Amino acid sequence: MMNKVRLKSVFKVAVTLCVLLGLWQVVVMIFAMPSFILPAPLEVFEKLIQRRDVLLKHTFVTATEIVFGLLLGLFMGFFFALQMLLFKPIKRWLLPILIASQAIPVFAIAPLLMIWLGYGIASKIVMAAIIIFFPVTTCCYDGLRNTPSCYLDLVKTMGASKWQRLRHIQFPASLPTLASGIRVAVVIAPIGAVAGEWVGSSEGLGYLMLQANARMMIDEMFAALLILSVLSVALYFVTDRLLKKYIPWGVS
Amino acid sequence: MPDNVLSFPMSGLSNTSVSISITEGYLRYFNSQMPTLMDLNVFIPAGKWTCILGRSGCGKTSLLRYLAGLLDQRVNWSGKLRIDPAQAELKDQVAYMAQQDLLMPWLSVLDNVLLSTRFGESAKTGFSVKNTHKARDQKEQALTLLEKVGLADNAHQLPQQLSGGMRQRVALARTLMQNKPVVLMDEPFSALDAVTRYRLQDLACTLLKDKTVVLITHDPQEAFRLAHQIYLLRGSPSTAELLTTLLSSTPRVFDATGAQLQQRIMERLEYDDDE
Repeated sequence: MMNKVRLKSVFKVAVTLCVLLGLWQVVVMIFAMPSFILPAPLEVFEKLIQRRDVLLKHTFVTATEIVFGLLLGLFMGFFFALQMLLFKPIKRWLLPILIASQAIPVFAIAPLLMIWLGYGIASKIVMAAIIIFFPVTTCCYDGLRNTPSCYLDLVKTMGASKWQRLRHIQFPASLPTLASGIRVAVVIAPIGAVAGEWVGSSEGLGYLMLQANARMMIDEMFAALLILSVLSVALYFVTDRLLKKYIPWGVS
Repeated sequence: MPDNVLSFPMSGLSNTSVSISITEGYLRYFNSQMPTLMDLNVFIPAGKWTCILGRSGCGKTSLLRYLAGLLDQRVNWSGKLRIDPAQAELKDQVAYMAQQDLLMPWLSVLDNVLLSTRFGESAKTGFSVKNTHKARDQKEQALTLLEKVGLADNAHQLPQQLSGGMRQRVALARTLMQNKPVVLMDEPFSALDAVTRYRLQDLACTLLKDKTVVLITHDPQEAFRLAHQIYLLRGSPSTAELLTTLLSSTPRVFDATGAQLQQRIMERLEYDDDE
């Protein structure tokens, strides 16, 4: 039964994709778009195959930035949430910083990050981490804080210490909330990485798109864009599946 | 022999039954002018079921939370508490069952039953031969208990896969696993349908035979079926009144006596909030 449902959803996605591609092709044909403004889907695919080595190399760079940015951001978010939970004064000091980190657009500090961390992959990792840091921290903090008090009462009568409560009850109880934070993070982390590449880099899909754009190679730009969206969507679905598998009790 | 498995060698408390008496209990929430409980005198005999009946908001849950050591900073409590034998603090001798089953959704049924072994005295960490032995014994014990509540086949499922009645049975097994002499129950069967509730009352009655049980309920029938003595909490502020002591063996079949008792309880509680 499960397989049937899955097959059905795959079918749905395939139909949607075909319709979109068809529309794209029709628009190109009807309005007779020149390929330096809107290339036809077939041209893009051709480019995708023709330039696969270059594309693959830059994809790898961007993927690395996203993954490490995610790891760093998740770690920082979790760490700060824990600090805020355990030490009340830290929360008072940290919260304004957290909010400020969201109020300042990442684009605005990107050039600074380039200067401090160089044009390599480090500055993009930090960009991605900064952009996901806030949702992760707030989700994690909310999850840890909103443990049902009846769970805590129960284990108090069992003689659980503060640390045991944190480890055995509060932490696992926060996982579903944390999972929704991770889902959001996975979607926006690529934005951070690509934005970083736009501001200054020598490799990565963002760099490639910028170069292609400047040289009016719109088909190559579309190819990179396509890879980027497939990458993001795949990352989301893989994460979602993993989270559902390992945190099956859910929020509901 | 399953009974051998269930006699806990590591805990000296388990086989002694504990009686509790409260004299001149007084409880007031800081955000309220009036005390909730006043002049409360209750004696809870060892190895018997004591039911405390009252309407919502009469302070029966607060009383139970006090006994469980769960009163927080927002209340003012005074009163004398005596336990006999006075071997340890009361809060170390109680197991608590709430209206919700409070099964941790991320733990399997078996791990939920074993929850208490993670905490307190029994949670000695580290790997040693002794500890692995102990862990194995505890697991065996938990499986025996699950068998007793009829859920041996569900040991490795998650709680969300079980029905309400099954979940409350797991909670019962978890309570038994704690093996404390006093069991505090806060309307543990009230969320179940009538038949499931009836069965669970029987099961709890059989399995908690030797324990000192304090059962909070608003259901006179439940009190009649299970209690050895019945207290009513009424008035404002509430005081406790010993309504009756029942000597026959439990679980009782609801009969004419039960109906009369129910009528008496209803009459006493009916005009409670008009005073």
